[in-house]
Amino acid sequence: MKYDVAVIGGGVVGALICKELSKYDVKIALVEKCNDVAMGTTKANSAIVHGGFDAMPGTLKAKLNVEGTRIMPSLCGDLNVPYRNNGSLVLAFSDEEVEHIKVLYDRGVKNGVPDLEIISKEKVKELEPNVSDEVKAALLSNSAGIVCPYELTIAAAEVAVTNGVEFIRNCEVKAISEQGGVYELETSTGKIEARYVINAAGNHSDEIAAMIGDDSIELVARKGEYYLLDKSYGSLANHTIFQCPNKMGKGVLVTPTVDGNILIGPSASDENEKDNTDTTPEGLEFVLSKAFKSVPSINIRGAITSFAGVRAHPVTDDFIIGYSDKSDRFINCAGIESPGLSAAPAIARYVESLLIEKLSPEIKKDYAATRKAPVRFRHMNEQQRRELIKKNPAYGRIICRCETITEGEILDAIHAPAGARDVDGVKRRTRAGMGRCQGGFCSSKVVEILAKELGKDMNEITKFGGNSKIIFERTK
Amino acid sequence: MLSYDLAVIGGGPAGMAAALKAREEGIEKIIILERADTLGGILEQCIHTGFGLHYFGEELSGPEYAGRFIKQVYDTDIEVKTDTMVLDISKDNVVTACNNVDGLITIKATAIVLAMGCRERPRGALSIAGSRASGIMTAGTAQKYVNINGYMPGKTVVILGSGDIGLIMARRMTLEGAKVKAVCELMPYSGGLTRNIVQCLEDFGIPLRLSCTVVKTHGKERLEGVTVANVDENLKPIPGTEEYIPCDTLMLSVGLIPENELSKNAGIELDRITNGPSVDEYRETLHKGVFACGNVLQVHDLVDYVTQESQIAGEGAAKYIKGEKKTGEYVKTQGENGVRYIVPQRINRETDKDVKLYFRVGKVFKNVRLSVKCGDEVIMSRNKKKMTPGEMENILIKLDTIKSLPSGSTITVTVEEA
Ligand SMILES: Cc1cc2nc3c(=O)[nH]c(=O)nc-3n(C[C@H](O)[C@H](O)[C@H](O)COP(=O)(O)OP(=O)(O)OC[C@H]3O[C@@H](n4cnc5c(N)ncnc54)[C@H](O)[C@@H]3O)c2cc1C
Ligand SMILES: Cc1cc2nc3c(=O)[nH]c(=O)nc-3n(C[C@H](O)[C@H](O)[C@H](O)COP(=O)(O)OP(=O)(O)OC[C@H]3O[C@@H](n4cnc5c(N)ncnc54)[C@H](O)[C@@H]3O)c2cc1C
Repeated sequence: MKYDVAVIGGGVVGALICKELSKYDVKIALVEKCNDVAMGTTKANSAIVHGGFDAMPGTLKAKLNVEGTRIMPSLCGDLNVPYRNNGSLVLAFSDEEVEHIKVLYDRGVKNGVPDLEIISKEKVKELEPNVSDEVKAALLSNSAGIVCPYELTIAAAEVAVTNGVEFIRNCEVKAISEQGGVYELETSTGKIEARYVINAAGNHSDEIAAMIGDDSIELVARKGEYYLLDKSYGSLANHTIFQCPNKMGKGVLVTPTVDGNILIGPSASDENEKDNTDTTPEGLEFVLSKAFKSVPSINIRGAITSFAGVRAHPVTDDFIIGYSDKSDRFINCAGIESPGLSAAPAIARYVESLLIEKLSPEIKKDYAATRKAPVRFRHMNEQQRRELIKKNPAYGRIICRCETITEGEILDAIHAPAGARDVDGVKRRTRAGMGRCQGGFCSSKVVEILAKELGKDMNEITKFGGNSKIIFERTK
Repeated sequence: MLSYDLAVIGGGPAGMAAALKAREEGIEKIIILERADTLGGILEQCIHTGFGLHYFGEELSGPEYAGRFIKQVYDTDIEVKTDTMVLDISKDNVVTACNNVDGLITIKATAIVLAMGCRERPRGALSIAGSRASGIMTAGTAQKYVNINGYMPGKTVVILGSGDIGLIMARRMTLEGAKVKAVCELMPYSGGLTRNIVQCLEDFGIPLRLSCTVVKTHGKERLEGVTVANVDENLKPIPGTEEYIPCDTLMLSVGLIPENELSKNAGIELDRITNGPSVDEYRETLHKGVFACGNVLQVHDLVDYVTQESQIAGEGAAKYIKGEKKTGEYVKTQGENGVRYIVPQRINRETDKDVKLYFRVGKVFKNVRLSVKCGDEVIMSRNKKKMTPGEMENILIKLDTIKSLPSGSTITVTVEEA
């Protein structure tokens, strides 16, 4: 197949780029090695829309973070993605740390972060009664927020596909060659031709760049582990609560999620392996001990799951975005570590502008920039529920009891543009299986529905693609 | 809004027995709401035998045991709605449910019986380190794949936790041709019934490793193995005892949690230990007209006791619907010295029957004396050869004794040296 643009990597960066580019009259492929979008770093991170005071003034990180955080609320509105402007706090526990948050404040002002304040202990306790009494002061960032990173990515991919982008799953780019101004991507499922290539391959963006002879990108894989607490602990924190950052990152935070759970983490350890998202006893222990310092009343009995994500830390400490030195038709988006999620909307616009300079394409007349709100039975009142089930009885059948997810919502997730193909895909789109029983009750039903809708046998359905089989052959 | 005398939530053995008993007591308008597509509850997937020894005096399979009650229910005019999920119980006993035929329904009921059963503890509650591969599931989920859907959930299996479902699945998987490499139990004793350890593990040569846990899972896509390690008396893994066991499936049988989301939302007070509602001798919760029985009240190992308990609740609900008032004062019950909890949590001094106290112990006891006391006075006592956490115990208190208890008193069940 021949495309004008091939975007490699269906993370938040690749998906948002595709969404922005899909308004133009160009033929685009989104090439992803996994069975779904949002399977890389995008699915396992802190989900914070950062204020933007961490990065050094003048860096791309600083500029795109502040800009991305500014765009995020309206973007999430357009895409009907959960976002909450809950604000963040950086706690200072010593005089030294009080000095440090002043430095962060000044840096934030230089970066153009709006609504920053240094607040007293009393004010901190007023805003967050569960914060430790040891706190001395805090930096309050009113523009910070939280977002659902995979839903943002899924929604962006849906809009892109609705506007004509082709989403190619299970398609790993293995090599790239060039002939007569056209790139040929050699992938696990065949050849793809494209005039322009955008490298948004996350932890593997260094390898993708190297495929055209660009060896300039050096990444370190840095793992972060988390605990997720049950919704009944949701009132532990309202703001996102950070500690003072250190050289490995922003430290352990305690934050609500848009779904009302509490997330604590991450740890930070450098790894040899890029895709190693194993959790470790040491990592989780570390997270817990640090989180206690901020919020002493955290109770680990409330943990419903733990997970880990791997960031692509660039040794240059800044995002690497722009045309490769080796080619004026190959754009790198590499080293997109934190605050990459926050910055992603701005990264997408930046890449759009870089490409438009060269392609000067027409804007489509029928471009649909928004995503209709998915049906969320759990958020409806009685009257709305009544009408919904009358319209489509599938919304009257509850499949996931913990999160109250209906069969209708699962069918929608499967049949959506770039829809779910596996159990985790259904889970990320609907929350079926994300509650306190973690799919013990509904996963077999989800497997049944997937099999039926995709015309497959139950034992062909996977947890997340590849060899992640759930069941084997029939019993005797 | 529909109107009923009695709404029963959950159509497992508990719900059915409560509904049938209330019918027998003359209650007319009864409805059972069940979210699965058939009545029978968890028994539908328990195709092994071992049900009904106490109640019917014969050994039945789960579906056979349930089948007897299902037939009785359909022989009466008790209304049944299957495929119907109850979403909410309001403070004034209005039940909201939905299905794909009637849509959203609301039911005003004079009395309600909670019989929602329980669910299995998931992996997250344990925070085992390692990968997020497929092939890690609760034993009950695996049981559903094998017995209901007819698929093998794995070929080489390690089971964590020696709860009954895990033990039963060890045998089931072996009979289906899988290799069960070990059952690991964190505690120094099994949480399952002795008869299941013998019939499901020993008879098949499956090793039961006590004081042992899974510390890590391996494999990127499908599970490839687990690391197990022995634990010390504080249940912490002992460094140096790690062992890697290749397997494609890890089944968890690490405890059951009563399914009380509805009860909690309705503001019904729960017992900290059982995680079920706190009830009186007729299984009435602290919320007037709401009763609870079966696994939603306390996790049972034998369905026969579920049936008995549910009949009591059904009778209690019938009395309530008929307007019988409870006038007497309550005495409290409590467990001590290794007796973890007592159901019922309180007894009306003017009750009309003997009352059985149900409880579990927190560790294995051998050759001890079980006593029931009121203050310093021993009301009754019995010698026990053996009590284990895996087996629910009970002790009967005579009506005369109850009537003679001083008002405001507490009765304590305790374990003493024999
Ligand atoms: C622990 C942790 C916490 C974080 N917290 C925050 C936070 O709170 N706020 C914030 O703003 N940011 C945060 N981040 C950063 C943020 O998660 C990332 O910046 C962002 O998700 C990066 O998105 P991406 O699209 O670049 O990468 P990814 O999501 O990794 O996407 C890359 C995609 O490329 C695909 N791919 C790779 N190789 C190939 C190939 N050869 N062929 C085809 N496809 C390929 C992958 O499968 C993947 O889907 C955090 C990161 C981590 C690890
Ligand atoms: C795997 C397994 C093996 C066992 N083995 C034995 C054995 O060998 N011998 C023995 O005697 N006992 C055994 N038991 C114990 C015994 O069978 C159970 O204790 C008994 O089935 C519990 O009955 P119940 O009605 O309380 O719960 P369940 O059978 O779980 O029934 C509860 C019902 O409520 C429904 N429900 C829940 N919430 C809602 C809602 N919101 N709306 C509508 N419906 C709802 C559920 O769908 C379910 O059908 C075993 C139990 C298990 C789980």
